[in-house]
Amino acid sequence: MARALTSKVVTANALLEGDAIWFTQTNEWTRDIAQAELITDEAHGDLRLLEAMADQSVVAGVYLADAKAGPNGPVPVHFRETFRTRGPSNYAHGKQEA
Amino acid sequence: MYIYNDFDEQFVRNRVDQFRDQVTRRIDGSLTEDEFKPLRLMNGLYLQLHAYMLRVAVPYGTLNSAQMDKLAYIADRWDKGYGHFTTRQNIQYNWPELRDVPDILSELADVGMHAIQTSGNTIRNVTADHFAGAAADEIEDPRPTAELLRQWSTDHPEFQFLPRKFKVAVTGAKADRAVTRAHDIGLRMVRNDAGEAGFEVIIGGGLGRTPMVGKILREFLPKSDLLPYCEAIVSVYNLLGRRDNKYKARIKITVHENGLEKIQELVESRFAQIRPQFSGRNCHLQSQIEQSFAAPTYVANATDGYEAARLANPAFRSWTDTNLSDHKADGYAIVSISIKKHGATPGDATSDQMRVMASLARKYGHDELRISHEQNVILPHVHKSDLLAIHAELRVADLATANIGLISDIIACPGMDYCALATARSIPIAQEIATRFDELKLEHEIGLLKIKISGCINACGHHHVGHIGILGLDRAGVENYQITLGGDGTETTTIGERAGPGFGADDIVPAIERLVLGYLDLRENADETFLAAYRRLGAEPFVALLYPEKAAKNAA
Repeated sequence: MARALTSKVVTANALLEGDAIWFTQTNEWTRDIAQAELITDEAHGDLRLLEAMADQSVVAGVYLADAKAGPNGPVPVHFRETFRTRGPSNYAHGKQEA
Repeated sequence: MYIYNDFDEQFVRNRVDQFRDQVTRRIDGSLTEDEFKPLRLMNGLYLQLHAYMLRVAVPYGTLNSAQMDKLAYIADRWDKGYGHFTTRQNIQYNWPELRDVPDILSELADVGMHAIQTSGNTIRNVTADHFAGAAADEIEDPRPTAELLRQWSTDHPEFQFLPRKFKVAVTGAKADRAVTRAHDIGLRMVRNDAGEAGFEVIIGGGLGRTPMVGKILREFLPKSDLLPYCEAIVSVYNLLGRRDNKYKARIKITVHENGLEKIQELVESRFAQIRPQFSGRNCHLQSQIEQSFAAPTYVANATDGYEAARLANPAFRSWTDTNLSDHKADGYAIVSISIKKHGATPGDATSDQMRVMASLARKYGHDELRISHEQNVILPHVHKSDLLAIHAELRVADLATANIGLISDIIACPGMDYCALATARSIPIAQEIATRFDELKLEHEIGLLKIKISGCINACGHHHVGHIGILGLDRAGVENYQITLGGDGTETTTIGERAGPGFGADDIVPAIERLVLGYLDLRENADETFLAAYRRLGAEPFVALLYPEKAAKNAA
């Protein structure tokens, strides 16, 4: 039986803009982590990572990041991943700009 | 300054064309990210937390006004209207899109600039004293040497896949403003007994995970031997440097593990072997380059108006007290323009500010600008009679902050606000410290004090050589800041000592405040700098200021 793990999301940067993006259950990439697939099973996580990496022509730097369930979908666990959902703290640039 | 010849121009244009093709092939899927990554890094393009980042070289920190105007144009057209000047005298754009990067590089090529070897395991942008060619304490302008090294190292076929990155810094002055002892190779111009100018060659310095002060490999190297000798050093390192462990791959570790004597033997032997191959062509090239760095034609105007304005205008006087340095020519000054306004991001300039600085260089500064490793912009040749007009224009552009060398003139790397390698943020800490000491209205009383902040152990913010160094770390998923004390990046280079356990993000600014206010009580008089007091008293009283509870317990 596959081992349970800290829940995760598959994330990457968009190839053209470099923006942080997350992999959804329907094999699409979203700019909103809340839309991402929350993965709780290690074997499934490895598989989803491979599937996401096959999307080479639209993304770069795919990896699994810790996440947990929030009221509206997955939310980041580590502060680095929180910054990726928002943008830098010195200017209102990046995702927080929109 | 050096202007590209046909060869340089063609080389850079060809590189832009190659990279344009590589980007096209990445976007159409012909190249994978693994294949593309080394290609983009060779052209200064990183993928960061929120976007791509393009690092453009400002060789030895020298720019003319047309180049600065071009940097402003790029910031407006392809970025968000600003750029970030770095501790290696480069400029970084934080928001370019992949498809646009070849166009950006093409625009840079129009003004003789590029992003080649600003990343990767190659010889990086050669840095120099930002007061080069202007400083009163200089033997010779180090920039012809730096330009010669730039030409030699660019696309050098033997040195494109070194064990790790390789950084060279050059200074022509007694005072070391180029941190030469913290570089893979540091070159300090000295004179021999016959009065000839040459170099003291320092190797194996570096900050990062394993900070080390460079060691003297050769006390005097004639200028004519510079290229074969540097080639011998890098060639020895290329073979001997470790490739099994990234953290042990820099030349400082090679020197440390093999001993200076063995390295000396190998370098001298390799030098003897390759020196004849250079057959004087390097010297011919060097003298050509030297001609293009001829000093400007100085004027001999009166400076009475300047002195009168200083007396009449306190804001102007304060600015001239902190932001000017001695120039070698009578009646001239070196102007440091602070891009460290209290509360702003250290090293960031808006496109409007870049255009103002370019215009000042054109009008008053013999068309020259410099970027300092301390993340400020310099007008190296200004006649004192023009200073009042310059100050007035800087005020309008929000560039007249009078804080050079003071506590708010903080070096900070981009940290986790941008950088994919960072373990914590640097910028907000710098902003908060500068804002706090501005509120206290104490920074002029505190005097010379260098705070340097890095957002990870790689030490782009030079924290090891800050009088007060701050290192941002990730401690169990929380930002944590470690303080080092007593560091020094000048000719008396010293690696700072860790003071004790780190502080949380909310506690670091109060800790710095306790430390600095406590120093005011500890110093002998107003002339004793923080660093001098630290050297006289040792770490103990300063550590006690940082950790009062522990100090109280020890006293009980």
